Amino acid sequence: MNPQTIVLYDGSFDGFLCCVFEVYAKRITAPIIRKTHQSNNQLFTVTEQILTKENKAQRVWKALKNKTTKTEQNNIFKAFLSEIKGVENTLLNYICHVFNSDYSKKSIDFSNKDILKISQVAKMVGREKHRMEAFVRFQLTQDNIYISTVAPDFNVLPLIIHHFKDRYADQKWLIYDTKRKYGIYYNLNRVDIITFENTAAIDQQMVKNKCGDEEIDFQKLWSTYYKSVTIKSRKNDRLHRQHIPKRYWKYLTEKYTI
Amino acid sequence: MSFERINEKLTILADAAKYDVSCASSGGKRANPNKGLGNTTAMGICHSYTEDGRCVSLLKILLTNHCIYDCAYCITRKSNDIKRAAFKIQEVVDLTMNFYRRNYIEGLFLSSGIFKNSDYTMERLISVAKKLRLEENFNGYIHLKSIPGASDELMRQAGLYADRLSVNIEIPTISGLKLLAPDKKHDDFIKPMKKVRNEIIQYKNERKIIKNTPRYAPAGQSTQMIIGATGETDRDIMYSATYYYKKYNMRRVYYSGYIPVLEDNRLPALETEVPILRENRLYQTDWLLRFYGFSVAELLNDSHKNLDLDIDPKLSWALRNLHLFPVDVNKADKRLLARIPGIGIQSVYKIIQARIYRNLDWTHLKAIGIALNRAQYFITCSSKDFYKKDLTPLSIKNKILKSSNTKYKKHFNQQLSLFS
Repeated sequence: MNPQTIVLYDGSFDGFLCCVFEVYAKRITAPIIRKTHQSNNQLFTVTEQILTKENKAQRVWKALKNKTTKTEQNNIFKAFLSEIKGVENTLLNYICHVFNSDYSKKSIDFSNKDILKISQVAKMVGREKHRMEAFVRFQLTQDNIYISTVAPDFNVLPLIIHHFKDRYADQKWLIYDTKRKYGIYYNLNRVDIITFENTAAIDQQMVKNKCGDEEIDFQKLWSTYYKSVTIKSRKNDRLHRQHIPKRYWKYLTEKYTI
Repeated sequence: MSFERINEKLTILADAAKYDVSCASSGGKRANPNKGLGNTTAMGICHSYTEDGRCVSLLKILLTNHCIYDCAYCITRKSNDIKRAAFKIQEVVDLTMNFYRRNYIEGLFLSSGIFKNSDYTMERLISVAKKLRLEENFNGYIHLKSIPGASDELMRQAGLYADRLSVNIEIPTISGLKLLAPDKKHDDFIKPMKKVRNEIIQYKNERKIIKNTPRYAPAGQSTQMIIGATGETDRDIMYSATYYYKKYNMRRVYYSGYIPVLEDNRLPALETEVPILRENRLYQTDWLLRFYGFSVAELLNDSHKNLDLDIDPKLSWALRNLHLFPVDVNKADKRLLARIPGIGIQSVYKIIQARIYRNLDWTHLKAIGIALNRAQYFITCSSKDFYKKDLTPLSIKNKILKSSNTKYKKHFNQQLSLFS
C-alpha cells in the first residue's frame, strides 16, 4: 500500500493551482492538500512541499477556463477564499471531475456531492461578500481618508475591491481586515493591498479617535435616522437578528451607542 | 449646518416616511462613468435592518409633513395634531451625500406631504434630484414619489433624474378611497402613473433608434396598498395588483398591513394587531404570479376569496388540485416543477441540470435543498418509496402542519381549533 501524501503549499490561490499541477504531474494518488502552517506530521505519510510557480498556476487556470463557465470559475475562487479546512481537497475532486472527458460545460451535475458542495460553499462566501458591501461603515478621519475595519468570516476583501472602487471613485478609502491583518486602500487611482507594522489596536474605536466633530455629528444623525424608521408595533427581534446576526453589530454605527 | 435642528427634522420626517414599505434599491443599473460618487447595481443592497426586520437601504424621508389633505389612514393628515417640519433642498442633498459616502445607504427615497398644490410639491422633489445628479455628480439610487395630480411636464422631468417613481394607491378599491380620502380623486393617482408608463415605453422605442436618448426612470415604477383598513378580500387586493402590473407595467406592488395610528370610526380600532401574516401570504401570492407562472384566478377566485393563513398559497393551490399530482421530478418540465409545494425556483434550476446526469432519488433531492416535508406528498422520483396512501387534501394538510414548526403558529392556533 502506498503511504498517503500530504501536499503543502503557501496558502495563495496560485499555490493551490500548483498543487493541482503537481498532483497530475507526479501522479499522486489520494493526496491531502494543506497550507504549510497547518502541517502536522503523521506517521506513515509522505510530505511534499510545493513551490508556487506562476507559469504552472497559469497552465492549470487556462485549462480550467477552457472547460468551465465564468460562474464556475468564480465559484472555484470563492470556495477557495472560504478557507474552510479541507476545502482544497473538495476543490481538487471538483477539478479532476472537470478534467474528465465527459464533463459538459452546458449543465452542472448537482447530484455529484463535490460539485454541490463547492456551489454551496461559494454561495456562503458570496453572501459574506454581499454583507461586507452592506455593513462596511466608513468613518472620515482628519487625514481625509474614509476608513472602515471589518472581520469577515471568510477572506472576502479580494472580492469586494471592484464594488468599492467603482462606487467611491472620488474619495480615498481603506477597508482593513482585522482578522487577517491586511487591508485594501484606494488612493483615487488604484487599489493596493496594504499591511501595518503595529496591528494590535486597529478597530472601529481607534479609527473614531482620529475623527473630527463633523464625522461624529453624521454618525449621530445616522443613529437618529435608524431609530426613527423602526415601526414599534411591528417589532420582530428574531427577524432582525436573522438579517443582521450579532457578530456584525460591532461594525455598525447604528448598533453601538455613541 | 446646525446639528440640533437637522437632528430634530430628521426625527420627525423619517418617522413620518416609515410607513412607506418600499425600500428597494434594485432593478436599475447606473454606472459611475466620470469618477463621481456612487453607482447603482441591479441587485441592490440592504445596508441595515430595523428592529421590525425591514430593510434599510435608502434614506427615506419626507421633504415636509405639512399637508393640505385629510386622508383618514395617514399620520400626517391635516387634522392630526403633530409636530410639523420641512427640510431645505440643500439639507436633503447634504444628508444624502454624507450618508452615501459612509456606505450607510444606497441612495435617497424622497416623498412629501402636499403643500400649496401638487405641482409646487413635485417641483421641489425634482429640484433635490436634479441638484444631486447635476451639481454633486451623484450616481446612487433616487426614488421619488409621484405626487397625485402632478402635471405631465413635471413627471417627464422627474423621470430624467430619478431611478424609480411611485404613486401609492393606498386603498385597493375605489369605494374605500372615497370613504377614507374624500378630497382625493382616483384619477389623480392614475394620471402620473399613466404618464410615467408612456414615457418609459417611449424611451424604450426611441432608444432603439437613437443610442443616447436620455434615460427615463430605469428602475420603473411601483405602488403600495394598505391591507386591512377597509375590509376588502384578498381576491380584491390581488386582482387590483394584477391590474396595476399589467396595465401600468409596475415593477413592484407593495402590501402594507394597516398600522392603526389614528382614532377614526371609519378605521379599525387603535389596538387592532397589524395583519403581518396576511401581508406575508399576499407577498407569497405576488411572487407566485410574477415568477412561478401562476395566474391570479388559479389562486383566488369566487369560491376561494381569501388566502389560507395556516398554509402557503402554493400548497393551498396544490391541495385543491391533487389530480395533477404526483409529479415525476425526473421527467416533469420546468413549469410543472415550479408548481410543486416545497420546491423553489433555485431548486428547479438545480434539478433540471442534475437530472441530465442521472435519475434523482430522495437523497439527491434532499441535498439539493428542497423542502421534503411538503414536497414528499406531491412527487415521485427514482425510488420505489413514495407517499401513496391516504391522499386526501385534509390528511396531507394535517400531516404537514404537524411536522412543521412555523413561527406564525401563534397567529392561527385559534382558527385551527375551530375545526378540530
